[in-house]
Amino acid sequence: MALERLFRRRRAQGEARDIPELWVKCPKCDAQIYKKDLETNLHVCPKCGHHLRLPASKRIEMLADANTFEQMTGLKPADPLGFVDTEPYPKRLERYQKEAGRPDAIVGGRCTIGGVPSVLLVMDYAFAGGSMGSVVGEEITRGIERAAEENRAVVIVSVSGGARMQEAALSLMQMAKTTLALDRLWARRLPYVSILTDPTTGGVTASFAALADVILAEPGALIGFAGPRVIKQTIRQDLPEGFQRSEFLLKHGMVDQVVDRRQLKETVAQVLKLLHPRTVNHAG
Amino acid sequence: MPLEFEKPIEELEAKIAELEGFAASSGVDLSGELQVLRERLAQLKSETFDNLSRWERVQLARAPGRPTTLDVIGGIMTDFVELSGDRTFGEDAAVVGGLARLEGTSVVVVGHQKGRDTKENIKRNFAMPHPEGYRKAMRLMDLADRFSRPFVAFIDTPGAYPGISAEERGQAWVIAQSIQRMARLRVPAIAVILGEGGSGGALAIGVGNRVLILENAWYSVISPESCAAILWRDAKEAAKAAEALKLSAPDLLSLGIVDKIIPEPGGGAHRNPSATLANIKQALLASLAELSHLGPEELFEDRYRRFRGLGHYQS
Ligand SMILES: [Zn+2]
Repeated sequence: MALERLFRRRRAQGEARDIPELWVKCPKCDAQIYKKDLETNLHVCPKCGHHLRLPASKRIEMLADANTFEQMTGLKPADPLGFVDTEPYPKRLERYQKEAGRPDAIVGGRCTIGGVPSVLLVMDYAFAGGSMGSVVGEEITRGIERAAEENRAVVIVSVSGGARMQEAALSLMQMAKTTLALDRLWARRLPYVSILTDPTTGGVTASFAALADVILAEPGALIGFAGPRVIKQTIRQDLPEGFQRSEFLLKHGMVDQVVDRRQLKETVAQVLKLLHPRTVNHAG
Repeated sequence: MPLEFEKPIEELEAKIAELEGFAASSGVDLSGELQVLRERLAQLKSETFDNLSRWERVQLARAPGRPTTLDVIGGIMTDFVELSGDRTFGEDAAVVGGLARLEGTSVVVVGHQKGRDTKENIKRNFAMPHPEGYRKAMRLMDLADRFSRPFVAFIDTPGAYPGISAEERGQAWVIAQSIQRMARLRVPAIAVILGEGGSGGALAIGVGNRVLILENAWYSVISPESCAAILWRDAKEAAKAAEALKLSAPDLLSLGIVDKIIPEPGGGAHRNPSATLANIKQALLASLAELSHLGPEELFEDRYRRFRGLGHYQS
C-alpha cells in the first residue's frame, strides 16, 4: 500500500510528528488503517473484520436515530469506603474522569431507535475499563425505571471488566439493584435488548447484561463470568481456542446472535419494532 | 490447628489444663497460681477478640469447625428432607437444600456447603458452585413460592467456581437468573451469611427481605487475596485489602448492606458452635416474625425497596 510506504518513509526521516495519529494498526491482522477509514467503518478493520473498541459517544451516534438523543446521565462517584490501595480512590477517579471525559463509566439517555422510543445506556471502557460501581448501577436502574414510566424500550451496551473493587460490597449490590429494576419493564411488557461487546465479564455479565429479552454479541468479544486469567490460575491448564468469545457463547446457547457491528443498528431496530407494544399491528 | 492469633490463647489454656491435672494427681494446692493464670487468660482473650482486625475476622470466617449450612440446618431445624439436582444437567454438592421445619413453620432452605474435611471439600468443590448449584437453588425458590413457604438461604462460599465447564454452562447467566428469581419471591426470604460471602456467587442467594450476618463473617465483591493480587500485585497483601474492602459485619451494617449482626460466642463460632446455632435460630425467628404481616406483593416491594436504596454517589 502506497500510503503505508509513505508513512514508513516519513517516520524514518523523522518528519511530521503528528502523522502516526492518522493511522491505527489492527491488533488482529496488523494492517495499518487510515484512521478516517476506520471511523467511517465503525471501527471495524476493513481488511479482516476485527471489531476494535468503539468509544461510547460513537456507540450512541451509531445506535440512536439522528438528532434524537437526549442525555439523562451525569451522577458523580463518591468514596463511601475511603478506599486506599497504592493510591486513594478519589485520585484514581480524577484520572479516569480526565481519560474518559465523563464522571463515571456510563452515558445514556432517551432516543428513538428505528423510530421506537427507547432508553439507550452505554458503558464506557475508557473509564476504568467500564467497571461497575454505585454510579453505573444507579444510572442503569434509573434508565430502566424511566423507560418503564415512559413506555420506552431499553437497549444497554455493555463493556466491563466487572464490579468496581474500590466500592466493594456496594458494587456487588448494584447487581441486585439493576436486576430488580428489570422487573418494572417486565410488568409493562417493554422490550430490553442487551448488547455484549469486548470485554463483558464479572458482575455486569452476571446481572442485567444476561437478563435481556434478546441478547446480541459483537464478533470476537470476550464474554464470561470469570476472567480467563483467573480460570487459568484455578484449573492450571491452557484454555481452549476461542474460549469465552462471542461465537463460543452462541454455540453454548447463551446469546441469540453474533452480529457484525455494521448490521447492529438494523438488527436492534428490527427487534424493538417487533416487540414494542406501540408498534403492535403496525407495519414498520 | 489454631489460627495464628489464637496460638497464645491455646498455649495458655494447655498450661492451665496441665497444672490442673498436676494439682489433682499430686494433691499440691496450686489454686493461687491457677487463679492468676485464669485471669491472664480472660484478659488475653478479650485483648485478642475485642480488637479483631478485618483480616483476623476473615480467618475466623474460614476456621475449621465453624458451623456449615448442614450443621445449622441440623442444629436449628427438624424434619429436614434434602432435595437434589437441577433437573437439567446434574447434582452440585456445593449447594445443598430442601424442606425443613423451623419451630413448627415449614420452610424451604438452601445454602452453600463447605466440607468438614479435605475429602468432603473435594466432593463439595470447597463450596464453589457450578451453574447446577444455582439452578438447584432456583428450583427450590419455585417450590417456596408454589407452597407459600418462607425461604431461608445460608451463604458460605469463596465464590462461584471459575472453570471451563462452569463458563460453558453459563455461570454468569445462572447467577443473574438466581438473583432475579430470588428477588421475585412472593414469600418471606431471609439470607444469613455464615462464613464467606464471596461476590456474585454469594449474592445469587442473597436477595432477602432481611440479610443477616454472623459477627465474624465477611461479604464483598472480591476476596481479600484476589483484591490484593490485582491492586497491590501481591496476594500476600490480603490483610491490607481486607481493611480497604471494609468487608466485616460492622462495616456492612453501617453501609446498610446487612440488617443485623448475629453475635458469635467469645473466640468465634468454631469455639462454641452450639451457642452460635442458638443465636442464629433466634435471629431467624425474629426476622420471620417481622415479615409475617406482609402479603406476597408487599414482600416483593419490600425487597425492591431494600436493594433499590443501596449505593453511594453525588448528584
Ligand atoms: Zn484487521
